[in-house]
Parts: sequence; structure tokens; C-alpha cells
Amino acid sequence: MYKILKAEKLAEKIFLMDVEAPRVAKSCQPGEFVIVKMDEKGERIPLTICDFDREAGTVTIVFQIVGASTQRMSGLQAGDAFQDFVGPLGQPSEFVKENLEEVKGRRYLFVAGGVGTAPVYPQVKWMKEHGIDVDVIVGAKNKELLILEDMMKEVAGNLYITTDDGSYVRKGMVTDVIKDLVAQGNHYDVCVAIGPMIMMKFVCKLTKELEIPTIVSMNPIMVDGTGMCGACRLTVGGEVKFACVDGPEFDGHLVNFDEAMKRQQMYKTEEGRAMLKAIEGESHHGGCGNCND
Amino acid sequence: MDVLKKVPVREQDPKVRATNFEEVCYGYNKEEAMEEASRCLKCKNNAKCMGGCPVSINIPGFIKEVEAGNFEAAANVIAESSALPAVCGRVCPQESQCEGQCIRGIKGEPISIGKLERFVADWSRENGFVPKAAEEKNGRKVAVVGSGPAGLTCAGDLAKLGYDVTIFEALHEPGGVLTYGIPEFRLPKERVVRPEIENVKKLGVKIETDVIIGKSVTIDELMDEEGFEPVFIGSGAGLPKFMGIPGEIANGVFSANEYLTRNNLMKAFREDYDTPIVAGKKVAVVGGGNVAMDAARTALRLGAEVHIVYRRSEAELPARVEEVHHAKEEGVIFNLLTNPVEILTDENDWVKGIVVRKMELGEPDASGRRRPVEIEGSDYTMDVDTVIMSLGTSPNPLISSTTEGLEINKRKCIVAEPANGQTSREGVFAGGDAVTGAATVILAMEAGKHGAKGIHEYLSNKQ
Repeated sequence: MYKILKAEKLAEKIFLMDVEAPRVAKSCQPGEFVIVKMDEKGERIPLTICDFDREAGTVTIVFQIVGASTQRMSGLQAGDAFQDFVGPLGQPSEFVKENLEEVKGRRYLFVAGGVGTAPVYPQVKWMKEHGIDVDVIVGAKNKELLILEDMMKEVAGNLYITTDDGSYVRKGMVTDVIKDLVAQGNHYDVCVAIGPMIMMKFVCKLTKELEIPTIVSMNPIMVDGTGMCGACRLTVGGEVKFACVDGPEFDGHLVNFDEAMKRQQMYKTEEGRAMLKAIEGESHHGGCGNCND
Repeated sequence: MDVLKKVPVREQDPKVRATNFEEVCYGYNKEEAMEEASRCLKCKNNAKCMGGCPVSINIPGFIKEVEAGNFEAAANVIAESSALPAVCGRVCPQESQCEGQCIRGIKGEPISIGKLERFVADWSRENGFVPKAAEEKNGRKVAVVGSGPAGLTCAGDLAKLGYDVTIFEALHEPGGVLTYGIPEFRLPKERVVRPEIENVKKLGVKIETDVIIGKSVTIDELMDEEGFEPVFIGSGAGLPKFMGIPGEIANGVFSANEYLTRNNLMKAFREDYDTPIVAGKKVAVVGGGNVAMDAARTALRLGAEVHIVYRRSEAELPARVEEVHHAKEEGVIFNLLTNPVEILTDENDWVKGIVVRKMELGEPDASGRRRPVEIEGSDYTMDVDTVIMSLGTSPNPLISSTTEGLEINKRKCIVAEPANGQTSREGVFAGGDAVTGAATVILAMEAGKHGAKGIHEYLSNKQ
């Protein structure tokens, strides 16, 4: 069992938890992820790592309610435990493995959207720890859904916040901010964009025009997370890759986002039914005409 | 009683079992087992059946005890050689091993050795028989990677010798392919697999789940920082293969691994578990091995019409005859000498059909089986909504890529001595599918035994 030391609601449907997982805390790197399973009957859910404390042996996760399992998970409190917490999975971010001097010589732009702010944080923190100032854009639907602002402020060189509805700082999409920054004469060698698939798609479309190499982090449907099931396969540059072992980070200009987004829909009917069951109880068996079967 | 014929084993009616996940075969009761045992000739010297058993169980020895009704004694005889008799009695290909060598089989039907082994194992469990642990522990730590048949066997054998053994398992449940791969209706999890793993634990073996060797901790860290002297790698062959045909990434195309893992490990077939599965209405399973049969029969039980699509003929099907027979009985349709060339999709990228090509058999290929040759212009479309690819698996590179000096071959299999599991790294042993590529439960167990022997010799010489 993996004890939850802290459980906090960051925003509507978004939760942060510090979990005791010494093996993961000892070996994890920015860019990697974990799989959690709440209890015997829960799903294996891949989650990005938001932070870790090697000495305390804890890992911080952030998740959003998207289905029945995450709905149930949101009820966990400090003192409760996950039955399973496994990782780290996937490949670390490229800059972790590269020559530090080369990394220092580049200008990085991080673009975070919604709950994608969580996996961007440890990368920006790593940069700060290695003496590299980076620009960070964080986008949220509105002020209430903006997360980790203070933490990010501490590690980012410059932090640019934008909200879809203009309820905080400025109105606009993250792509609007990228355009503005570049128009102001900023030059970037690498962009790292993590957020909803649709956001990553549009960031990549823009950065391709701007000729800024862009890394994205994919979070497709997975079961085991170790390369065994192939559920997470996606096409990158015409080749089939497994997000769990080859990724989760890929060259965003080569990812087939449209296909990846369609694959995200695979269990929608099943998930929706399970979610309704979790909220309303044992009442959904199909036959209402709203589901496909 | 006809001594030339096996005592028939009772099975669930095919029509009924095609709709549930209960075990197909009921196994023998006491009377049936004793009667079947009485057919055995109890060959005294050089019993052929033992030669056919990869773990060399004293088969005439245990059958003699069954005939006499001494079931605990029979269990003791089996326990000398095997830690997983309830599993082996169910999933070993006996027809090509012990039973294939049986002298009784020359004139009539061989002894039902598998069903007798299963009976003894089930009796032991139901009567609380527990294998004996080593009386003295020697305190030396051995790490075993993977809790499938190779790892469990290696760990069990070493624990019996007094070693302090810890198994590291990447998934949340131990058992490897016994847990995630082989379905409930062939190998019940709660009733058979778990108790058998519990028995290995009762020998003193510790199992740490949720640890991915190569990621959570490396082989070198286990040896340098955690005090393990040797390591046995029994991590299996977990990576699925795909065909590389157009449309394969569409929604509704699954690897057999995914389909079976969702159902067996995650229990998607049960309403009370959260993990979803797309059951499919009309399913094509591509491949002809045991895993293909398992996937097909699972889809059938989830309510689909199921087709096996296999490029060679029935004679070349790599699956056990019993599995093919059961699949047919239950209503799986076999489209033989047929090979997929393209998967067709609808506007939402969901499978709507599969284009297949007819094949004929040509000259034998490297495997000795007749090579399938395409028949020009024979393409036609099968109307299916789900495709399950069951084309075999290969070993996961997570360990080999993070362990310096560990030699692998071009198929990504770890290179190890068959006799003792020794790899190119001192103190590192390996066996099972990680070394051979996908094979059977019992061959992995044999490799686990050899690895345990190799590790014991290594540690005995080292001190």
C-alpha cells in the first residue's frame, strides 16, 4: 500500500496528492510517469509526475476527474492509501540525458495547458536547479481552473498566464501568447508543450510555422505501461510507437494528433456508463437509446 | 472398464460454457482418478513419461500413490519436482510431453497424466496440504525478476534450499502470464493460481509487486545496493507483435495481450470492476496459437461472433489440439488459409471490416511447416468490428537496455546457458520466455529449475 500524506483540491475536478512511494521517488526523472490503482477493482491509471522528494520518499501527482476511477480516487484523503503505485515509467525528458552545457546554450519555452501544468512543473524545476531560466506559458479555461501558479512562479524565469475567458491576467489561448512573445523578438530553440491533445496540436501547428522544434507529452489509453499491451500506440513520423516505453514525449511536429484524438475516444461509451454508475449508483445497463448498445 | 481407453473427464456443456467464464473442465473425482491411475503400467525402469516431462516429475511414483488412494503421498512426490502442479495439470501440452511418451499410448490411449496431476493438486489444496519449507535458512539473498512460471519455480527451488528469495513483479498481481494471459475458464485465478503462488510464499519466498526492474531499480542496484548476490531474470516475453498492415492502428484493433490483460488481470468481464473492454459484435482473431484460442474464446464469452483467421491450414495450427477442439465446440469459426492484408475503417477510425487473402500451402519453410503462399486475386472482405492480433510476443528490452554487459541476440532474447541459466554477466542468470522467446508455461518452469540449480552451484562455489 502507498500512503497518501497530503490530498488537496486544486480546482474544480483537479486534485493533488503526495504519495509515499520510495522506489519511485528515488529513481524518477522529469518527463516520466506513474501508474496508480486505487483498490482491487480500480483501473490502472497513468498519471504524470508533478514533483518528487527523494529524501522523504514521496511523489506528487495531480489528476483530473475524467471517468469512474478518477471520480472514486478524488474521494481519497490524507491517511488513505493507493493499493498500487508503480513507476517510474517511460523515458525521461531529453534534456535530462543531454550534455548540460548544450542544454544551457538553448532558449526553452514551456507551454502548459490545464492539468498539463503538473508535468511541466518538474521540468521547469529541473531547469531552475541547473541554473537555467526558461519562459513558461500557462493557459487555463478561467481563473478558477488555473493550478500551481505560485509553485511555477518560483521556478520559472518568466511566467505568462492566460485564460480562455480573460478572467485572469489576459484573455486568449496559449498560442496567442507564443505569437506575442515571438513578435516581441524572443527567440526559442526548443518548445515543450504539455496539455490537452487539441492544445498540443495547435501549438505544434504554430511552432512548425515558427520553426521552433517542439516536444509534446502524450497521455493515451494504457493498461500496463511497460510495453505489454500496445493500447497506447500512436503514429510518429509514419512509424508506430508505444507511448509508454518509447515516450511519453515525442517530436510534436511528427505526431499524428488527429489519429491520437480518435483513439482517445475508444472507451467513451463504456467510460461514460461507468462514470454515471459511480455517481448515480447501479442504474445503467444500456437500452435507454442514448448509448450505442 | 476398457484399459485401452482414458477414463473420460467431465466438462461443462459447450453451449453453456460459451456464455460464462467458469472453468471448462471439471477434472476427475477420487473414484475416477483412482480408476484412471489403475491403467498405468507403473514402468519401473526408464519410464518414458518422465523423460517427456521438462521438470522430470516421478510420474509412475505419484500415480501409484493415487491408485492406492494415498493422495497426500502423491502430492509429496509431485512437490519434489514442481511448485505449480494445479497449473501444469491444466495448461501443459501433455499430448506432446509425458502422455506423448506413454507406453499405454502405443496400443490404446495414454494415461491421463495431466488430469491426474491436476486431481492431486486440487485435492491437496482442498485438504490444506502445504509444501514443506526449508528447515534452515542460510541468509543469502537472491533476487528473481518476474513472478511468472520461470520466476516462481526458480524462487521456490531456491527457497527450499534455504536461500532468502525476493521476487520483483512489475504488475500489481503476481503470476505473470498465469494471471494476465491465460483466461479464467482455463485457469481459475482465485481457486488455482493464487493458492499455488501462496504455496511458493509459504516456502519463504517474498514477492514485491509494482517494481519494474530496469526502471524502478536496476539489476546493478539490486546487487550493489540491496545486497542480492545473484539475480535470476524470468521477465518473459511481453511485447506484442503487429502485422504492419494498413488500418492496424484503428479503434477496435487490439493486441491479444491487451484484450486478455483487460479481461484476466483487470477483470473487465465483471460488472463490479472499473476497467472497460470493447467486446465487439463480430471479431476476427488473427493467429493460430494458444493465445489466439484464448482471445477467441474470451471474445465469444463476451457475446461476439468470433472468427480465427490463420494463414496456414488446420494441421499447422500451433495451438494445442484440446484448445482447438474446445474452441470449435463452443462455436468459434475457423477461417484457415486466410491472411489479412488491410483493415477497413469508418469515418471515426473504427474498424468496419478486414480484407483477407486466400492462401495455399507450398514447400516446407525453415520451421518445417509448409509455407503459406498467396493466391493472386483471391481477396475478399470479412465484415467485422473488432480485430485481435495474436501473432506472438517478444521479450521486453527494459532490462537488457539497462544492464550493461548483458548479452542479447538479434531477437532481443537474453543469451543464457540452457543447463544453468548463466548469462554473459557474472551472477546474473536468466530463463523462460526472456531467453527463448514465447514458449510454454512448463518450458519456462524447466528453465526456472535449471536457473535455481545454476544459482545454487554458483553460490556454493563462491563462499
